[in-house]
Amino acid sequence: MAIDTLQLDMDRQEILSRVRMRSLFTIAVPLLILMYFAYTWFAFDVPSLIERAQPSRAVLLATDAVAYKVHVTKDIRRGGIEVAVEGERNGTYEEGQYPDWVDISGDDGFVDLGEGYSVEIIGQTMRFSVPGYGVIETTATKKGVSTVLPAGDVPDWLKDDPRKLDARPTLARRVQVTKTKIEVHNYFGGWENFWFTFRSPLQDMSTGELWTLATSSERLDPDQSNVAFIFHEFLSNPDWQHGEVFKALFETIMMAVLGTLIAAFVGLPLAFLAAKNFTPSLFLRFGVRRVFDFLRGIDMLIWSLIFIRAFGLGPLTGSLAIAFTDTGTLGKLFSEALENIDQKQVEGVRSTGANQLQRYRYAVIPQILPVFVSQVLYYLESNTRSATVIGALGAGGIGLMLVETMRTSRDWENTSYIISLTIVVVILMDQASSWLRRKLIEG
Amino acid sequence: MAVAALEREILAMRSRRQLYSMIGLLLVIAVLVSGYSKANSMNSGSFIDGLSKFFDYPSAIVLEAWAAGPKLIALIWHFLPFMLETLNIAAVATLIGGAIAMALAMASTRNVDSYGPLIPVVRRIMDITRAFPELIIALFLIFILGSSPIPAMIAVAFHTSGALGKLFSEVNENIDRKPIEGLSACGASWLQRIRFAVLPQVAPNYLSYFLLRFEINVRASAILGFVGAGGIGAELSRTIGWGQGAGDETAAIFILLFVSIMIIDQTSSYLRGKLVGASQVH
Repeated sequence: MAIDTLQLDMDRQEILSRVRMRSLFTIAVPLLILMYFAYTWFAFDVPSLIERAQPSRAVLLATDAVAYKVHVTKDIRRGGIEVAVEGERNGTYEEGQYPDWVDISGDDGFVDLGEGYSVEIIGQTMRFSVPGYGVIETTATKKGVSTVLPAGDVPDWLKDDPRKLDARPTLARRVQVTKTKIEVHNYFGGWENFWFTFRSPLQDMSTGELWTLATSSERLDPDQSNVAFIFHEFLSNPDWQHGEVFKALFETIMMAVLGTLIAAFVGLPLAFLAAKNFTPSLFLRFGVRRVFDFLRGIDMLIWSLIFIRAFGLGPLTGSLAIAFTDTGTLGKLFSEALENIDQKQVEGVRSTGANQLQRYRYAVIPQILPVFVSQVLYYLESNTRSATVIGALGAGGIGLMLVETMRTSRDWENTSYIISLTIVVVILMDQASSWLRRKLIEG
Repeated sequence: MAVAALEREILAMRSRRQLYSMIGLLLVIAVLVSGYSKANSMNSGSFIDGLSKFFDYPSAIVLEAWAAGPKLIALIWHFLPFMLETLNIAAVATLIGGAIAMALAMASTRNVDSYGPLIPVVRRIMDITRAFPELIIALFLIFILGSSPIPAMIAVAFHTSGALGKLFSEVNENIDRKPIEGLSACGASWLQRIRFAVLPQVAPNYLSYFLLRFEINVRASAILGFVGAGGIGAELSRTIGWGQGAGDETAAIFILLFVSIMIIDQTSSYLRGKLVGASQVH
């Protein structure tokens, strides 16, 4: 058996110097990256960011996102105590139907916050007993509040100010007193009134009861069938605004679908003009390619800003912004695919006497169809994400809704609801497009 | 005869196929037409009205920029540090995201001997990080950390780790296993096999995807700036908010954005062509 002997076509010196270069490279590159990180650490001003960060907000956000609170509010000017979910008008409990941890008699009340925590409201005075600390007694006066605290150090969950008292001994219990009102917050897990609003006749029904109601012929509302009534009650829930959220989601998906389809069908014919083997004219080819570069280079951000100015808010604006940017991207991709096709099939079809249109239809299109379909689906999926971002810039849809609920930071459970729906939609689009891609290309 | 039957079958298949294509095409057209009219009615301004106004804004900006004359150069110079900040956000995010993506990819491909039970878990993790739109994480972190480039950086890095991780693991799936087997025959550990058998094979493709992602991330960071994450986007949102009179500044930012995106785009496609050969560039 013959043994191959290795014949080197480089001398020893050259090999050694190459190895040295390489080892230098493997040390220098990570070092450069580290130096770059050190530079950005200060360029981004991380130290002061860490100082300014408010981790308490994160905790607050996390609890608020999965919990709701019930407000017990005493209005000092008008008198009377109200119990309401999230302090909202349409979440107010009727008199005599208060939850069992609230005891109200006229202008006075007693709130049992559990585990020994309790609040007593007598006239303009609030007595908050905290186990392990003592009783905080605060009276609302004309000028502000006057507080009597137990002896000892003031704990950091307590903010005693002449204008406002704010005590939150645990995450789930909070008392605030100002000169106009005494407010007690009691937190509970879950999303309250998610399906139906407080006043809705369907509020306390279980799924089974709803099903029987939906199938029964006795109408709750004489104007519409029970099923329609249930849907209406659900979609028009004022706390969660399901109808609005679904509409916004639909707008976002529409932006992505319309934008991508327009881009694909405008980009394909243009791609023929930009491909070397279909357009002999250098001038035309160069022009179309620069158009692609221009559309791509302007970027979706700038396009959406221009379109928002021209067309106002709405899905049309977003889809046009996506269409303009992606006409450039897809056009470039298609023209590259066209330049790489196999010329033999074109010749074969030509030999049968086919005219130009027939050659395109039977020899070219089948070759680039897989690239076309897979790229369009890929961009459709990524544009679903882009559409949420464009929405946030002002085009509307779920992105704008998200920014609005976050800016008002009123109810974080609404925000987390919108976020989870958005992510579900993005994942679904992702799965659907990869499923379609597999189906269309492989079988 | 058998041939006639075969021909009939082929004809039947062809007509069925044509029917499917027709249905598909009609469906797409229906979506386009109904979607367009629906979108048009939902929009606050209509398409036809908007079309006449389409050039108003760009031309106003161009006119103001023209009027500014040489001052425009000074303005571009003034906004350069902000563009640099956006580029920094994108670069750091791509580096960090890319590093995480590499770890995820190495842990999720059977072809490079990843630990079996971990593979589906890591894949789902990548799916989830990929699905999160950058906007959501950025807004969330801006709420906690305040307006700063860091939230945008983390948001972009998070998304990048999933997106690149998937592409990297696809590259891993197509490598030649012989070097790995050779090394394991010498008793190399898993890390040594990755370092000396896998990385040299995948490095060009990884770098190419990395550059592509950097390009995408520059655009994303500019947009995130607009919702409060600093950089050129924040400046743009400020000058646009002023409306009339700040057109020259807006123009300066537009030019800066356009030119830098073009430069990065061209450089990266040139480099990627060098790395993996022109035919494979996406």
